[in-house]
Order: sequence, then C-alpha cells, then structure tokens
Amino acid sequence: MAGEPRSRETGATELTGAQALLKSLEKLGVDTVFGLPGGAILPLYDPLFDSDIRHILVRHEQAAGHAAEGYAVATGRVGVCIATSGPGATNLVTPIGDAYMDSVPLIAITGQVKSTAIGTDAFQEADIRGITTPITKHNFLITHAEDIPAALAEAHHIARTGRPGPVLVDVAGDALRQVVPFVWPEKITLPGYKPTVSPHAKQMSSAARVLAAAERPVLIAGGGIIRARAAKELKAFVEATGVPVATTLTAKGVFPSTDPLYLGMPGMHGTVAAVGAIQRADVVLAVGMRFDDRVTGELSTFAPHATVIHADIDPAEISKNINADVPIVGDARKVLAGLIDRLEGKKLQDLSSWHEYLQGLKDRYQVAKERSADGTLSPQWVIERIGEKFGPDAIYATGVGQHQMWAAHLLPVDQPNHFLTSGGAGTMGYCVPAAMGAKVGAPDKVVVGVDGDGCFQMTNQELVTCALNHIPVKIAVINNSALGMVRQWQSLFYNERYSHTDLNSDQLPDIPKLAEAMGAVGLRATTETEVDEVLARAAEINDAPVVMEFVCEKDAMVWPMVAAGTSNDDIKIARDMAPNWGEDEL
Amino acid sequence: MRTHTLSVLVSNKSGVLARVVGLISRRGFNIDSLSVGTTEHPDVSRMTIVMAVEDERVIEQVVKQLNKLIEVYKIVELEANAVNHEMLLVKVSCTDSTRSAVIDITNLFRGHIVDVSPDSVTIEVTGGRQKIDSFSAMVSSYGIIEMVQSGQVALGRGSRSINEKKRPALAKHKG
Ligand SMILES: Cc1ncc(C[n+]2csc(CCOP(=O)(O)OP(=O)(O)O)c2C)c(N)n1
Ligand SMILES: [Mg+2]
Repeated sequence: MAGEPRSRETGATELTGAQALLKSLEKLGVDTVFGLPGGAILPLYDPLFDSDIRHILVRHEQAAGHAAEGYAVATGRVGVCIATSGPGATNLVTPIGDAYMDSVPLIAITGQVKSTAIGTDAFQEADIRGITTPITKHNFLITHAEDIPAALAEAHHIARTGRPGPVLVDVAGDALRQVVPFVWPEKITLPGYKPTVSPHAKQMSSAARVLAAAERPVLIAGGGIIRARAAKELKAFVEATGVPVATTLTAKGVFPSTDPLYLGMPGMHGTVAAVGAIQRADVVLAVGMRFDDRVTGELSTFAPHATVIHADIDPAEISKNINADVPIVGDARKVLAGLIDRLEGKKLQDLSSWHEYLQGLKDRYQVAKERSADGTLSPQWVIERIGEKFGPDAIYATGVGQHQMWAAHLLPVDQPNHFLTSGGAGTMGYCVPAAMGAKVGAPDKVVVGVDGDGCFQMTNQELVTCALNHIPVKIAVINNSALGMVRQWQSLFYNERYSHTDLNSDQLPDIPKLAEAMGAVGLRATTETEVDEVLARAAEINDAPVVMEFVCEKDAMVWPMVAAGTSNDDIKIARDMAPNWGEDEL
Repeated sequence: MRTHTLSVLVSNKSGVLARVVGLISRRGFNIDSLSVGTTEHPDVSRMTIVMAVEDERVIEQVVKQLNKLIEVYKIVELEANAVNHEMLLVKVSCTDSTRSAVIDITNLFRGHIVDVSPDSVTIEVTGGRQKIDSFSAMVSSYGIIEMVQSGQVALGRGSRSINEKKRPALAKHKG
C-alpha cells in the first residue's frame, strides 16, 4: 500500500486494524477469500474494496465456509472465509465444524461488536469464540488492533501444521478501526504448540518388525496421508511390501484405484474386500486415520486377529477407539518413508495366497451397479457414467447420502485432493459451495459436483455466485425424489415407514429451471440415452455453471452395508445376503 | 477407581479455564476438584485437576486432549505422595457450654478460629482430604451452619519444579 502514514516513534507503517488484517493475509500468501459483509465487519470490507485479494461474495455464509474448505482441499493451501458478527458468524458454525472433523486448514474471520459492547447482548452479538471452541483447533478474540498481525500469523500456522484444522479469528469492530503501527511478527512463538512430526525410532523399528512377520497385513490409509502429501510414499511403501490398501472416505484418491492391491473403502459401506481383509488381517497398519465408528462398526469385533500399528500426527487419536499395539506419533510421510527404509533388505513373508484370497473377494463382490427393472435410471449407473465422461483428471465434490457412497465407490479418482466430500461431519449442502471453492482454487481443472436432490436444495443458491463470478462448475443432481440414505434406513430398520423422507423432487423444484433462473445451464435426463446427451452437452460448456438433473429410481440402496452398531463380520452385500467368504481358500 | 492429580501449566489469559473445563466435560470426563491460580511467572497459571477414573485410558485421553489446547503449556501427573491440600471454612454453632470443646477439636486438627459470634465459631482447616473429612465429621455433631471447601492444590515433593520435569505426562502416553 503506497503513501501509508508512518509512526513517528517506530518508523513502522500506521494502519487501521482492518488494513493490518489485509496486509497480514497478503503476507501469508492469501489471495482469495469467500465472504459476506455486515455491520461489524464493514471496517474490513472498506479497504478490501481496493485490495488485490480476490473476494468472492457468497449468498450465504455457510457457503463461504464450505467454499473455503473446497479451495483448501483442492489447492492444499489454507482456505479463508469472512463473516460479520452474530448471525453471520453463526452461519459459519457448520462449515467450521465440518473442517474440524475432516482436518481441513481453514481461517474464519468474523467481525465482533465493539469491545466495550461485548457481553451486553448488543445488536448482532454472539459469543462466536465460545460457540466455536469445541470445533476449532484454536480461536482468538482480538480487541486491540496491534494484536491483529500476530493473531493472523499464528492462526495460519496453527491451521496448516500438525493435524490441520479450522482457526477462528474474531475481531472487535473498534480494533478494526483503531490506527496502530503495523508490526509483523518476526517469528511465531507458541510455547504450547509443538506438533510431533518425526516418529519415534523405537516404535518405527517395532512396526517394521511386526510388518516383516505379517502374513495377512492390510494398510488402512486415511485422509491424513493426503494432508501430509504422502501419496508418493504410500505407493512406494506398497510396492516395496505388497501390503494391500484400503482408503477411508476422505482418503479416496490417495492410492490408485486401478492398482491390483487396492481394496476400496472400509467401513459401513465398505467393499467386501476391504472389510474382509481387515477382519482377517494379522496386522493392521493404520496411517492418518482415526478409527471413526463408521469405519470400525462394533469396536469389540473390529479386526479381531490383528496386531494394530497406528500412526497419526495427533497423539490423542492413538488408542482413543482402538488400542494400538504399536503407537506411532508423527507425520504420515515420515512414517511411510521411514518404514520403507527400515524394511529394506528385510525378508518379508510370502503374501501371494493372501493376495489371491483378496483378489477373489474383489472379483466376486464388485459394487452392485444394477439397472432398474422399469427403465428408470439407476443412480449407480449414472454416477459411473459421470466418472467415465469426466475421467480421473477432474476434481469431484459430493453431497452427503446415497449418492456420496456411490460416488466414493464408482468415481475414477486416482490422485489426492481430487475427491472433496464431507466425511466426519456428513454435512448436507457441502457439494455446491465446495465445488465452487475448488474451481476458484483450480480454475484449469474440470470440477464436477455429484449431489443429491436433498443436499442440492440446501445450498444451490451459490450457483448465482458461480454464474456472476465466472466459476463454471458442473453439478450433477442425482434426483431420487428422496432423502435417500435416510429412506434406506427406514426400508431396512423401520418397516418401510417412510416418515418425512419423500421430497417429491420429481414434482418440485423444477431443477433445470431453477438452475436457469440462477444463470446456470439447466439440463435433465430421464433415460440412458439422455444421460449421455446431457453429459456430452455439459462437457462442452466451459463458460457457465451447468446443472445436470438425473431423474433416478427411488429404491436403489447402497450396498455393501454394515448396519450401525453391528460387527464388520455381519456385512451384507444386499438385503439379508452375506458374502461367501471362501475362508478355506485362505 | 484410582485418583489422579494433574498439574497443568497454562497461559494466564482470559478464556483458558473455560477451554479446559469445557474440553473435559464435553468429552464426558468428570472432575473431582479443580483449582487455578497464578504462579511465580506472571504469564503462566497453574491448575490442579483431580480426577478419579476406573479406566487408565480415560486419564490418558484427558492428558492428550488437554495437550492439544494451544494455551496449555505442560501437564504433569503428580505422584501419589505429592503434597495435596485443600482448605475448609466451616461455621459451627455453639453455646457457652460447647464452645471450648469445638475449640479443642480445632486445635487438635491445627485449625484456626477465624471468626466468633455468641452462637457460632468459624474455623479454617487446611490439609489433605482425609484430615478435612475427619474434621468435618468431628464438628458435625455440634451443628454445621454452613461450610465451603476449596479445590485441591498440589505440589510434588523434593526440590524440583514441574518445569524441570523431563517426562511430562504426554511423553508417558505417547510411546
Ligand atoms: C445437514 C444435514 N441434515 C441431515 C442429515 C441427515 N441425512 C444424511 S443423508 C440424508 C439424505 C440426503 O438426501 P439427498 O441429498 O437427496 O441424497 P440421497 O441419499 O438421496 O442420495 C440426510 C437427510 C445430514 N447428513 N446433514
Ligand atoms: Mg435424494
């Protein structure tokens, strides 16, 4: 900023708190933010008007948060969102919680009422620091302008290092207006924050010993491997050891799905091969994952024969749900690289019969892609077709529900940061804004959302933002006229009593018209021929957002399934149908 | 059930107590006693958290989760023989005929009479849990008008401070 006044005593530039905040963001390399202004944050929006930072004006703050998440995941950088006090800030709660569950590096900046009014129930006051304490890695309430640069530097550092996560910076209105010398912190001093990055040598040696003796090992790869940028090390580890790999939902893409040693996803809707491997494994190597209950099923029967090696950068995850026989605290990349080193030259067990057994499960139990009897579109078939059309180079975002699980099984994602989904929180409404954020961060990539009709109706307003800001995302709506995943549970566990899960989205809204009204191209397919036409048309459009509605059958279910609270051993491949484990082959 | 005493050094800033207490209750852990005060270092406060747990994994989780708080600097689990004191202030009703008996009991426990009125005495007693419990049992027959108890504060024995302690509680659980 040219022509800034300087402090007489220190020679430092004199800036308002708001200017200091923007300058701090610039120093941190932030060039894009998502937000929506209001009274308390107005002092920040004034200098933002002239700033080089790109601000995308969303239609709802929740979308600013999810867009920042999508941006963060697609680029591997820290996402930034901005909202005003009170309702603006509380609208950020859902995406902040989402980012917390999935360890997404995020900075949320909120305006707060002026410091003298804090605690008085002032207009649009909310204790957003208190509200977000359980769902942020850390948060700040800033009441003095001079504290702004250090808080931003610390927030950025905390958000992206160790186990990444959201950090909220709440700034009182008067702190934004106050003029103070700008002092950028030379170094960050956080005596209470020292993530353990390098794994302990002794534990690594034990892990190598256990792995060398393993006859039926399996690696469960979690989203932490993506955050640690360790896909290369994972591949090298598997090549060196022959240990088969399952990837959790948030890790999809970290290992090539085409690799013969890839087993698919573990858990409630995991593949028979992945779940079967875990239940029969003598060694489970879990890296950058946290044994979520959707992965483990009933804890007491999870991987009953396995020695568990658990590596994570967050010590609190180790032995939280599953007791770790070999605990390793450290960065996933260092762990995997270190294990490769330690296993080099060691004699490993012959895994060929284990590989054969798992290949047998893979061959026998591919994820069902049945076509419906009456000619209505099968959602699985449509999703597979979407994947074929846009290929492994596209970035995919999903909503939450059946379509999400099918997307996880069927989309051809073979690179990290190419599959954006709400895992730990399961936040409906994530897809459209996350796709938007991803496209802003990776404008040269084709970004495809695979959304549900329920989810789409929560955040589709951002198509306006996409249209006005030339963010040409492609959103496929898998319209099964229902809150399908909930309906599936009603089918299976509530005697087909479909209490309030029928959305009637075959009647309303008219999705293509809705899309058109928001400046997107709206397309609809009801037959297989139309599906291919719609996909071809959508692929051609690169100057506007496109919405593709696929009118699908209602009764398709996600299989396999481990019913909530039951054992992985009770996985079903269809209603009342257990897989044939062919155990004698083992 | 085994009782654990955690000494926690935290940043002396507003909101830190809320973070610590919120985290412990949110994760479903129960605190027996908590006290907080300043230390020899003006930027650092020290908390003493006492918890009784059935499963040692609970205390391990508490320590690990607390360690994740940016404003928590260090956590040390004190040994069972640490000096662990609390304070009791109790107002006991008495008459001219019972007052000396109450004073005798107080002296026996090395307590102090801190206030007297024609029909009551207020007594201050400090010490370990057992001493406090037996004292209140002894005076209860005279009629306790009201009482208040502090949380426990604790220091390890010997000349070393927890600042010098090489093995903070986390290291023990980290493996
Ligand atoms: C914000 C939110 N509310 C409720 C739920 C519970 N829920 C999980 S899946 C689902 C249905 C989603 O419907 P839709 O988007 O049509 O996807 P489908 O399952 O039909 O593919 C619901 C309601 C949720 N995950 N998130
Ligand atoms: Mg639906």
